Amino acid sequence: MNKQYDAIIIGAGHNGLVCAAYLARAGYSTLVLEANQQVGGMAGMRELAPGYAAPACAHLLFLPCARIMAELSLERHGLRPAAANLDTIALAADGNHLILGRSALRGGELPAADRAAYARFQNQLRRFAKLLQKTFATRPPRLTSGGWADLAALAKLGLGARLLGRDDLRELLRIGALNIHDLLRETFVDERLQGVLGFDAVLGNNLGPRSPGTVLTYLHRLTGQAREGGNGVWTPAGGMGALARALRASAVAAGAEILTGQPARRVLLERDRAVGVETASGRQINSPVVVSNADPKTTFLKLVGARHLETGFVRRVNNIRMRGKAAKLHLALDGVPVFKGLSDEQLGQRLVIAPSLNYVERAFDSAKYGEYSPEPVMEIAIPSMREASLAPKGKHVLSAIAQCAPYDLRGGWEAGRAVFQRRLIDKLVEYAPGIREQVTAAELLAPPDLERAFNLHGGHWHHGEYSLDQFMMLRPAPGAAQYATPVAGLYLCGAGAHPGGGVMGLAGRNAATEIMKRERRR
Amino acid sequence: MSVPRARAARPEAPRETARRLLTTPFHQRAAALCETNLWSDWKAYTVVDCYTTVEDEYFAIRNATAVFDLSPMTKYRIAGKDGLAYLDKLMTRKMSGLTPGRVRYVAWCDDQGHVMDDGTLFHLEERCWRLCSQERHLDWLLATAQGFEVAIDDESDAVAGLAVQGPTSCRTLQALGLAGVETLRPFQSREFSFAGTKLLASRTGFTGDLGYELWIDPAGAEALWDALFAAGAPYGIRPCGGQALEMARIEAGFIQAGADFAPAVELLRPERGRSPFELGLGWLVDFDKLVFNGRRALLEERERGSRYRFVRLDIDGNKPGHDAFIYNDKKDLVGHVTSATWAPTAKMNIALASLAMPWGRPKDKLWAEIYYNRELEWRRTMAPCRVVAEAFFDPPRRHQTPPAGC
Repeated sequence: MNKQYDAIIIGAGHNGLVCAAYLARAGYSTLVLEANQQVGGMAGMRELAPGYAAPACAHLLFLPCARIMAELSLERHGLRPAAANLDTIALAADGNHLILGRSALRGGELPAADRAAYARFQNQLRRFAKLLQKTFATRPPRLTSGGWADLAALAKLGLGARLLGRDDLRELLRIGALNIHDLLRETFVDERLQGVLGFDAVLGNNLGPRSPGTVLTYLHRLTGQAREGGNGVWTPAGGMGALARALRASAVAAGAEILTGQPARRVLLERDRAVGVETASGRQINSPVVVSNADPKTTFLKLVGARHLETGFVRRVNNIRMRGKAAKLHLALDGVPVFKGLSDEQLGQRLVIAPSLNYVERAFDSAKYGEYSPEPVMEIAIPSMREASLAPKGKHVLSAIAQCAPYDLRGGWEAGRAVFQRRLIDKLVEYAPGIREQVTAAELLAPPDLERAFNLHGGHWHHGEYSLDQFMMLRPAPGAAQYATPVAGLYLCGAGAHPGGGVMGLAGRNAATEIMKRERRR
Repeated sequence: MSVPRARAARPEAPRETARRLLTTPFHQRAAALCETNLWSDWKAYTVVDCYTTVEDEYFAIRNATAVFDLSPMTKYRIAGKDGLAYLDKLMTRKMSGLTPGRVRYVAWCDDQGHVMDDGTLFHLEERCWRLCSQERHLDWLLATAQGFEVAIDDESDAVAGLAVQGPTSCRTLQALGLAGVETLRPFQSREFSFAGTKLLASRTGFTGDLGYELWIDPAGAEALWDALFAAGAPYGIRPCGGQALEMARIEAGFIQAGADFAPAVELLRPERGRSPFELGLGWLVDFDKLVFNGRRALLEERERGSRYRFVRLDIDGNKPGHDAFIYNDKKDLVGHVTSATWAPTAKMNIALASLAMPWGRPKDKLWAEIYYNRELEWRRTMAPCRVVAEAFFDPPRRHQTPPAGC
């Protein structure tokens, strides 16, 4: 069999599936090659122990994909929220937790000034995030092309900023390049509140709250909550895996073929264009369009190869910063964990351990010097509280993102993994004293483990840091920032492309739009 | 706080360590012959501008044998099993067919298709090459090596070089004892034995004349110089400095990094770069290759058209057109001169110039605006000039093998 396709997508992560679904709906005969046995990539699930399923990487949905949900009829394919507009609970060791709702704060004996400031702060930053979000659903403009479409896109962005009004625009310009630490310190008094908001700005990135550009990363995270009536932070019914299942169903219903257990070895080149993909088993599949859902370094340095790309471009790819700094902890629990001061209903919310900005900064300091943080910051979800099918009856699965676990840990992760895992459980014990005794199975996925599991260079789960120099028309690098790449027929559709990572799917959708504009179907 | 007192005088450091510029392996010999004591800085080495008079040295190039110390030339050794594929990616020109013992004129570009430098590539032996160029490029060469099994070494300081140029140069080298040197064809190189060491001779040069370049371990440099001048005495051998060489190379129509184009790596404003097409080097670009640096940009340029045209100009009058602006019909500013000289052999007032497209067509009427100084009074003249298609000077002896009389 040597069928020819209009497009082959390497990787069935959520962006790859989104891209496949759009292309297939537009009539492109589309094949998706996935290295792992299941689709979804980092938005998928993994078996922690028999009967226990943990979200492999992402465990909450933050970002906007309402448009994609509608366009790809994901609801019809089984995607619906199990819980929406989840609260964020900033855990306090004494049980006096602070609860952050969409625009109000509860609990935690806060100063009244902070409560008022919180609503103001959230509303203003959401307005800014909304402006940012407007750029998400389109190809980022090229700065040097002089083309009218690019100029129009830039003008639109400028106009959007202008329409914020004088005070907002002034504030946006003031804080745009600020670090989140300074902004939070001038806005709030309460350290817990500052800590948890600062944590949101650095989650998944190689940054501390005092790092430059962290207001931008915070806005990026807020984009999902920018619109009224959205789902806010949410999880799908059936667990995180339901999203990938719905995307897969939508793509297959539109005619896409999906092959799992088929790692791509290289992009086939003929003269200067991509003409297909060779799989690890040596099978060559032809297609005039190859779309990579892999991260940019894997795509260009491994699948294409530096020798087939011009030197200046290779240098830019080398310079993409994507060293993972987040690990994933999964625990199988033989009962409902008891956190001091939390009701069972609250266990289903988003729990954060980041008691102050300095706490988060110190955790980052350790990671900066190649050590895991002795006082780790964590984002905790207990998905089985909302979706019983993820664990045997009466049992539970805890999923935690442990920030500040450096990819290149001094001494290596072989030695460090068990120690850090113990440290994380110790940290949980401070908030849930009995939890250690409830653990029946545990695993820690350090950045190198994520790298192996998801063919993800550096184990960075946004496929590259968010920072001004890797943002919009600079993401992942000039020359490949509009989904097309220097290799004709090769496109990027993953989180390494605009608008980036988080389970959003817009990179996949934008890539599909660009491909439809530039490539004919047979 | 007390005022610091003058320190006791320190013993003077040895002169050598206080010098900013290095000396070449031929320095002692060159210094002994350098009557003018005029020196320049060439890539951190001190080299002679002019030994006696520029005319004397220029005519040694064209009528006898001139010797130029080119040791400061940048030299990289490129070796490894992927060397050929590596060079194919680095250079705009196709590299297959270059066999050991052959030399090829090459140019290379950045991703924008702007020329970084030109130079000569020696295929020394199987899987081993030497690249000679004006500018330093180690960083770029190493960056390009990613994904190839190839080793790049800077051997600029490890190889001493002499250019031996002029109509009697072959006979001089025969007298030096390089048996069979007359059978070297242009752009061919061969290893000889000299005073117990290896001596590489190549029929290459920067004068557009019959000529050779000799490459030797620095330890053997002075012995080579002495033997060469002894052997060349009956053939009118003279040392020659940078000034005379500059005249000869412009007369030959050769371009020079830093004069006729700005090396792309030094540009702050990328649009000031020049593509091979814009330097008259289009014949070095081979689009049949799958990939080479600048390929995409150069393909686009081929579609869209170049921005500049590089021309050789014959300017009326005898006032050299240094830095002259070029006008069309005396009114439209269309370009500028990059190199200019009075060419004594061609007997022309010549210049190399970069013109904006589409100027420089046969029908265009070009004028050079030349400023000159008479006893501190500045004058301006508009001199008509014509585009010359062929080299100003290209004698048959440059191409003959064996050269006449050898």
